[in-house]
Amino acid sequence: MALCRSTWLSTLFNKAPTIAASAFSRCNFAALIAFSCLYIMKSTEELSGIAQQVRRDIVRMVHAVNSGHPGGSLGCTDYFVALYFHILNHRPDGFDMNGHGEDLFFLSNGHISPVWYSVLARSGYFPVSELATFRKLDTRLQGHPTTHEGLPGIRVASGSLGQGLSVALGAAQAKKLNGDPSIVYTLHGDGEIQEGQIWEAAMYAAHHKIDNIISTIDVNGQQIDGPTEKVMSLGNLRAKWEAFGWTVCEMEGNDMAEVLKGLTHAKSLTGQGKPIMILMTTSMGKGVDFMEGTPKWHGVAPNDAELANALGQLTETLGDY
Amino acid sequence: MLNFEITGSNDTRSGFGAGLLEAGKRNPNVVALCADLIGSLKMDAFLKEFPERFFQVGIAEANMMGVAAGLTIGGKIPFTGTFANFSTGRVYDQIRQSIAYSGKNVKICASHAGLTLGEDGATHQILEDVGMMSMLPGMTVINPCDYNQTKAATLAIADFEGPVYLRFGRPKVPIFVPADEPFVIGKAWHMHHGKDVTIIATGHLVWKAVEAAQQLEAEGISVDLINIHTIKPLDVDAIVKSAAQTGAVVTAEEHQLIGGLGSMVAQALAVHQPTPLQMVGVNDSFGESGTPEQLMKKYGLESQDVYAAAKRVIAMKK
Repeated sequence: MALCRSTWLSTLFNKAPTIAASAFSRCNFAALIAFSCLYIMKSTEELSGIAQQVRRDIVRMVHAVNSGHPGGSLGCTDYFVALYFHILNHRPDGFDMNGHGEDLFFLSNGHISPVWYSVLARSGYFPVSELATFRKLDTRLQGHPTTHEGLPGIRVASGSLGQGLSVALGAAQAKKLNGDPSIVYTLHGDGEIQEGQIWEAAMYAAHHKIDNIISTIDVNGQQIDGPTEKVMSLGNLRAKWEAFGWTVCEMEGNDMAEVLKGLTHAKSLTGQGKPIMILMTTSMGKGVDFMEGTPKWHGVAPNDAELANALGQLTETLGDY
Repeated sequence: MLNFEITGSNDTRSGFGAGLLEAGKRNPNVVALCADLIGSLKMDAFLKEFPERFFQVGIAEANMMGVAAGLTIGGKIPFTGTFANFSTGRVYDQIRQSIAYSGKNVKICASHAGLTLGEDGATHQILEDVGMMSMLPGMTVINPCDYNQTKAATLAIADFEGPVYLRFGRPKVPIFVPADEPFVIGKAWHMHHGKDVTIIATGHLVWKAVEAAQQLEAEGISVDLINIHTIKPLDVDAIVKSAAQTGAVVTAEEHQLIGGLGSMVAQALAVHQPTPLQMVGVNDSFGESGTPEQLMKKYGLESQDVYAAAKRVIAMKK
């Protein structure tokens, strides 16, 4: 059960998954579909509102310290909001490293920490005011996520790319050993999968039939030196992952309704003997027109005028920190 | 009398295998991973007893370190098994970020360390692993000296919370540590008390140091013999006390002099108790193919080398 602190959402969010689960257990698919449509239609607008606020947080955070990674953060905002405010069964209050009985999330491309920190704070893992400490001396919100400073919600350090899938697979196997039916989620950059360890992990997951994992690749087609196609072509991603034994889905990552539908569908594919990969198409810098679709804003912060421009495009729905 | 009874001969990796099986019986959270070297690491017994708690990862050590880190999330105590070279240098960044910096309770168990791997040659004979692992904040580094001590160390690290690097080897060596000798992580084993020279040894060099000490004692030189099995955290207190008493120190290890036990003892002495020091180890060189015996002789890691170092350091005393 998602326990969200945001009062204007809590009633809806706390009840909806229970109703959905009971619909599943009765195999009443007609009721489930009818309910899902109603629920998603109702909640999509509110989730999009949260995403507006998270995007404001992102640009304000990186502007404040003149560093950080806004591009990928903005592109993945809708995914993070859908995950933390709708999909995950998690306990923001009383964070527990082992996460028994909870769904877990691992961010492998740790440089998009701004979006994760914002969503963690906005869903109740730590005070929203702490976002103001991002990348500053003595902060728990390090440039790249870490367990070292004890920030609730983080279960492993990431930033050096290509390592998160392996860690998530270990956590997923621990859940199986513990008889815990929860699901493990991961997010990766598309450039990141140029790392060889990703493919070691891909092979491992299929071999060991780890079917309680839903991984997502943020396919924005950009990396630091330019388009992935130019830097190091990824080829046919669907064919690659299918050849490695994964069930592959595709999802439009900047449409909240599509993200909810895609993640819900992926969830329905767990427990079938195969790991699940979602290829999520996003636009880097989504939501701020001058940051969109270019690698220029991968790791560059906006100046004062650019911040004002960006904030003018994003509605303050939950109150700035 | 400086006298240790040899009760048998076996490889330290078999001590690991026996310890792992026992740890698995004592604690259901102990799990094991191996990168296609089950027989070499002596992990067969654990696999047979606990197949559902054993994970074959294939020849993919980077993934193994990550999966091990993940298994700790959920309360497991993973033991990874591969050669020392593939346990450290090949996966340094995975250990650094996913295990050490993340504070994960992973036990990195590394066999075939050092020159005594033998004929496979320098590609596999890692002599830098202790240095690499010791530099990582929060990493415990242990290099036991015989079958009994390796088994005891394996059981001890299963009960210890935090990342550990456990280094052992391939060849059969004398068993001389009493089976009931307590193993305390971070605490030196003071093997013999003496007043003329301190010999500090780790791993396979401990038995060489015993032989050297016997020769020195036969000449009337009194030897303070210390086994450092836990290289990090180093038992500085034991080292400094002994150095203050003897005024001359020798270190001995199957590792590079740079970054190994000798370096760390030198650092401790320089800060706390400046003392004449001679170091036995590999001097900024790769190894090569050969039998373990030939290699130990060629690279100066025999009991005669420890003996000679002791004579040199005694001559350095005022």
